[in-house]
Amino acid sequence: MIAQSFQYESPQTLQEAIELLHKYGDEAKIMSGGHSLIPMMKLRFAAPEAVIDINGIPGLAYIKEEDGMVKIGGLTRESELEHSDLLAKHFPIFADVTKLIADPQVRNMGTLGGNLAHGDAANDHPAVMLALRASVVATGAEGEREIPIDEFFYGFYMTALQHGEILTEIRIPVPPAGTGNAYHKLERKVGDYATTGVAVQLTIDSNGIVTAAGIGLTNVNPVPLRAARSEDALIGKPISEETLKLAAQYASEDCSPSSDLRGTEEYKRHVTGVLVKRMILKAAERAMQ
Amino acid sequence: MLKKITVTVNGTEHTAEVEPRLLLVHFIREVINLTGTHIGCDTSSCGACTILLDGKSIKSCTVLAVQANGKSVTTIEGLAPEGGPLHPLQEGFKENHALHCGFCTPGMIMRAHELLEHNNNPTEEEIRWGIAGNLCRCTGYNNIVKAVQWAGAKMRGAELPNTEPEFRCKNARRRIAKYGAGVRISSNTGQHFNLSTN
Repeated sequence: MIAQSFQYESPQTLQEAIELLHKYGDEAKIMSGGHSLIPMMKLRFAAPEAVIDINGIPGLAYIKEEDGMVKIGGLTRESELEHSDLLAKHFPIFADVTKLIADPQVRNMGTLGGNLAHGDAANDHPAVMLALRASVVATGAEGEREIPIDEFFYGFYMTALQHGEILTEIRIPVPPAGTGNAYHKLERKVGDYATTGVAVQLTIDSNGIVTAAGIGLTNVNPVPLRAARSEDALIGKPISEETLKLAAQYASEDCSPSSDLRGTEEYKRHVTGVLVKRMILKAAERAMQ
Repeated sequence: MLKKITVTVNGTEHTAEVEPRLLLVHFIREVINLTGTHIGCDTSSCGACTILLDGKSIKSCTVLAVQANGKSVTTIEGLAPEGGPLHPLQEGFKENHALHCGFCTPGMIMRAHELLEHNNNPTEEEIRWGIAGNLCRCTGYNNIVKAVQWAGAKMRGAELPNTEPEFRCKNARRRIAKYGAGVRISSNTGQHFNLSTN
């Protein structure tokens, strides 16, 4: 399959890339890993007039801890997230999630920024970012602006990124001691999109009381979904059969999956509840370590 | 509009003017004429087109040739000198019956190459996760896993694992003794294989 013809640009600086976005207008697409964009172009679901390849811009791939935040460059590859010692220290959830994204070759190309900017509720990182209460940095001609993750996803392939902006950084607050996080998705085969996926981060105090909770759901809603009622059901209480049951019930009620080749709506709601329970227990276990 | 690119393939620099929409796998197969890299699914699912781009395994059906400009590509043809000894992975696949039709083999080997680069003594589980992006419809993967372990052993200078097929048939050893190696054996389940002495 061959994509429709396009103009290829490979800017060497961020400023140049932003200028090119303005030059081509709405017909330009930014390419980072390209593993969502190129397949769509080959299938002719996307036919941009210009592809602006940002891979030649230095300084967009990094993972660092600064000002109480872990900052990840937009062009950081999945394989770099997978093997990062810094992330492993605070966020074992990244090892959980990257292992389940596509396969090693795709992870050598795919980037965190691209995964989020694509705005696909079937992607796994949006739910993780919801659970971790991250924010994303968009850089445009006017400079940078920080967008909380809850205000980032708008609709099917739609995000808060404005034309002329590039997602350059992801910021994740370093959680306090007593925090654990975990992700799992049900998939038909290795590397598939989630039938349903659940990301959880919990902070538990020395009395066993949950003081903070973040729960994100993958591919069971038109936009990546925060399971807010499930989070509320946990906060201020110890983890118990009762709170687990409520959190699971709320998540399965509040999501809005559609029946498709991966399963019926009813099935997806049920499995979402099961995974919510399991991921709460796994995050809690990691929080206690 | 055509774009001029220079890509180092298996150590040799190639310069060409290409359309930006040309896929890297088509550049390799049709411009450089190296057809060892296969096109299977053309949708980054099967891994047959796996090559190394600056040392990292990638699926060349989902990368544009222009993205490889200024970079280095290694294909299956670049693993061992022509007419020279095989690369341990190639030898491992041969010795362990890790291919039947051979279509997935170049991609499988290029992926295993990066895997062994990071860890030359991987467990079975690590290998199976490591080749999760490569489909084989013949072997059932067991012998591929063995081949990668065998190559790892060879590369780190360890004792080589036994390559005798697990499958045995009645009277096999007696037949080897009588007729010599290479005899075609049929089992009672209708499978066949050629016996060898090693």
